[in-house]
Amino acid sequence: MTAERWLQVFHDYSTSSFVELLRRQAPHLLPTLSAPVDAAGEEVPRGTTVLALRYRDGVVMAGDRQATTGLTVASRRIEKIFKCDELSGIGIAGAAGPALELAKLFQTELEHYEKVEGENLSLEGKANRLSQMIRMNLQAALMGLAVIPIFAGFDERAGVGRLFKYDITGGRYEETNYDAQGSGAKDARDSLKKLWRRDMTRDEAIRVALEALIDAADEDIGTGGPDFVRGIFPTVRTITRSGFTEVPEDEVRRVCEQILNDRRKSEQGA
Amino acid sequence: MPLPYYVSPEQMMKDKAEYARKGIARGRSIVALEYRDGILLVAENPSTLLHKISEIYDRIAFAGVGKYNEFENLRIAGIRHADLKGYSYSRGDVTAKALANAYSQALGNIFTQDIKPFEVEVLVAEVGDDEGGKNEIYHILYDGTIEDERQYAAMGGQAEDIRRFLKDHYREGLSLAEALQLGVRALSVTQNKTLTERDLEVAVLDRTKPRRKFRRIPPEAIAQLLGTTR
Repeated sequence: MTAERWLQVFHDYSTSSFVELLRRQAPHLLPTLSAPVDAAGEEVPRGTTVLALRYRDGVVMAGDRQATTGLTVASRRIEKIFKCDELSGIGIAGAAGPALELAKLFQTELEHYEKVEGENLSLEGKANRLSQMIRMNLQAALMGLAVIPIFAGFDERAGVGRLFKYDITGGRYEETNYDAQGSGAKDARDSLKKLWRRDMTRDEAIRVALEALIDAADEDIGTGGPDFVRGIFPTVRTITRSGFTEVPEDEVRRVCEQILNDRRKSEQGA
Repeated sequence: MPLPYYVSPEQMMKDKAEYARKGIARGRSIVALEYRDGILLVAENPSTLLHKISEIYDRIAFAGVGKYNEFENLRIAGIRHADLKGYSYSRGDVTAKALANAYSQALGNIFTQDIKPFEVEVLVAEVGDDEGGKNEIYHILYDGTIEDERQYAAMGGQAEDIRRFLKDHYREGLSLAEALQLGVRALSVTQNKTLTERDLEVAVLDRTKPRRKFRRIPPEAIAQLLGTTR
């Protein structure tokens, strides 16, 4: 009995995972569906296009701002790119409710680990942890509530930016250059395929990300383009050695204007 | 079966308290000081790996003296409490007061129920916001006694002397460097040696930082603030 008791203490102490803590102390807060829900018949808001691409100093992540329910706009202002910690970010596509919950849980998971252990998880460790958490959502995914994130970050040990994509079963695949997810992903990826170059500067990379999002909004009815009337623009973030940084909205607006001006010119044959 | 000896409750509590106080008195001390931009925590701690001061949540820090394994356990319980609460409600609902009360309950319970009390004292500090929000510093003793402190707090072996020193020397509106210098002087008030950056563990809750206010101050920066850079 005493041997088991010290072992119990050992295990309790060695857990630095917040998800594990929830499972033990508050399982009702875990974002898993335990009862079958007829979710397929009920349309839910879905996040549409997010993307990430590597450039010279790290990774750019970007996403449009629209959530779409069927053929209706559910929200024009949702955020899909979130900071996970100082050196990584997550972009979410798929069923918006579970996706936002997953992003929040993942942020808490990383921060919890960092505080308990006194140091950060490796980027590899973070990417693996996320894949296990997506697998928790598998039951909901099979009922039509799939969550498919992109995870990107700066790998301090390797000194480079890296990005990972996932499938609904938690399968994890590292992409070397760029990737996009969501309903406009195919169009964004086509655009990135033509525009992406090795060792782009920050400004070039931001322009390429926005070109791809504007292409996606052009072709995909679910994806929202830059909205000059309401002043709503895509979210753009950079992750480099010095951290996760927001690209100011003014700058995003200016680049969007330039892109649209250039397209207008070529359309008019000037 | 032999009958257990009768010990009066008064005697039992007195013995336990004496035992806990002796354990705590053996350890080195910690001070907390309010300064212009937040709260400064200074511990005498020659180890750079085993911490006495730690981040709990956005605005909340923890410090412990006494037996390491005991306050380390309390520290982790605190992080779990805060993250669980912040996740199920909102980040703004996590407060030092609730955490300090939880520590007080736990330590009080251990003190009365267990044969051996915890030989620890802990501080829970929360920095106020920019709009004139008040700082909070809670001091929880080995038996669950809880006090809220203003301006400065001290715990550990020489806490009494340190508190007396700070009472005479503390003033409002200190800069970070002034607060650190005062804290280090206070810690060395009962000893003959001067403390250098290698003997110290220093962290702040800095209200000018975004979201997570906790920041450790590395040895080079400590030396610079103390004006002893070589």
